[in-house]
Amino acid sequence: MSKGKNNIKLSVFELRIKKDWCKGCQLCLVSCPQKYLELSSNLNKKGVNFIQGKEKNNCIGCGFCFFMCPEGCIEIYQK
Amino acid sequence: MKIKFSRPKSLIDVETHYCAGCGHGILNILTAKVVDELGIRDKTIGVAPVGCAVLAYKYWNFDVCEAAHGRALAVATGIKRCHPDKVIFTYQGDGDLASIGMAETVHAANRGEKITCVFVNNACYGMTGGQMAPTTIVGQKTTTTPLGRSPESGEGWPIKMAELLSGLKGVSYSVRTAVFNPQKVMQTYQYIKKAFINQIEGKGFSLVEVLSPCPAAWRKTPLDSMKWIEDEMVKYFPLGVIKRE
Ligand SMILES: Cc1ncc(C[n+]2csc(CCOP(=O)(O)OP(=O)(O)O)c2C)c(N)n1
Ligand code: SF4
Ligand code: SF4
Repeated sequence: MSKGKNNIKLSVFELRIKKDWCKGCQLCLVSCPQKYLELSSNLNKKGVNFIQGKEKNNCIGCGFCFFMCPEGCIEIYQK
Repeated sequence: MKIKFSRPKSLIDVETHYCAGCGHGILNILTAKVVDELGIRDKTIGVAPVGCAVLAYKYWNFDVCEAAHGRALAVATGIKRCHPDKVIFTYQGDGDLASIGMAETVHAANRGEKITCVFVNNACYGMTGGQMAPTTIVGQKTTTTPLGRSPESGEGWPIKMAELLSGLKGVSYSVRTAVFNPQKVMQTYQYIKKAFINQIEGKGFSLVEVLSPCPAAWRKTPLDSMKWIEDEMVKYFPLGVIKRE
């Protein structure tokens, strides 16, 4: 984690999620040690409440969600 | 920005047909990741089963051959013998490997064919609607055992393939693993990788049995399915290395 403006901790990781591929199984959500993931209140093109990161990014880049996702729709980038 | 965890190059960039929370999705990706990691994409040939993974060739970005139901290891034997320098693996469900294909499986293992076998044990026939498989656990309700599998009424006991095959001289590696949490998924990845390396090193038959969820046929949510593997399936199917030579 690096310190950003106003001393707020910012994650150096960024999740990129193919939201239209998500089937809403939540395997990623329950595996995240940071509880960073949530289901969106919007629907994707499958009609599923897809996964998204919460507003505050506290991702530590462990890759647990990446390993659990059966669709391979999560990729993790590092600044 | 650099990428830390990305989809393997051995995976085509398409959505899968699998149900939400299906273990096949996780295992298709893990297998592709191993092929990437070992840098063997141009010399790997997969053999896909009949079952829910029948379309795996639409997802893997290397050569894949489709075998008739249960015959994956017989087809793989032919390919490996014609192309001993290629890396051949089969990817099979429990109906495919342990039921209709039991003879092909046992004999390929017994001959010590230098093939890697990824065996997806979801304790049922997923594709055809969740009938009992040889690996269905005692008491498990399926469409053909509506009261729960009962050995006393002639339905037999669940077959432990990893243990059964480990008794054969031709088998050099036999492990059982599961995918119910990220640690287990990463461990499964290591086992599959080891099973590929065995083949590259010219050792005999390598089996990786994976306890994997079928939420659709189990009539459970994806999360409950993972919990059921952890709480119930592993009681019958202990995890770990059963044989390593
Ligand atoms: C010769 C033959 N017999 C029966 C079938 C019907 N059939 C298709 S898939 C399947 C069972 C697949 O179960 P499993 O191997 O456990 O794979 P899963 O779908 O659970 O991944 C059966 C019996 C067939 N396709 N071919
Ligand atoms: S594991 Fe994948 S498919 Fe399942 S909810 Fe998460 S992002 Fe969606
Ligand atoms: S039926 Fe079961 S095995 Fe088949 S895709 Fe769905 S969850 Fe996976």
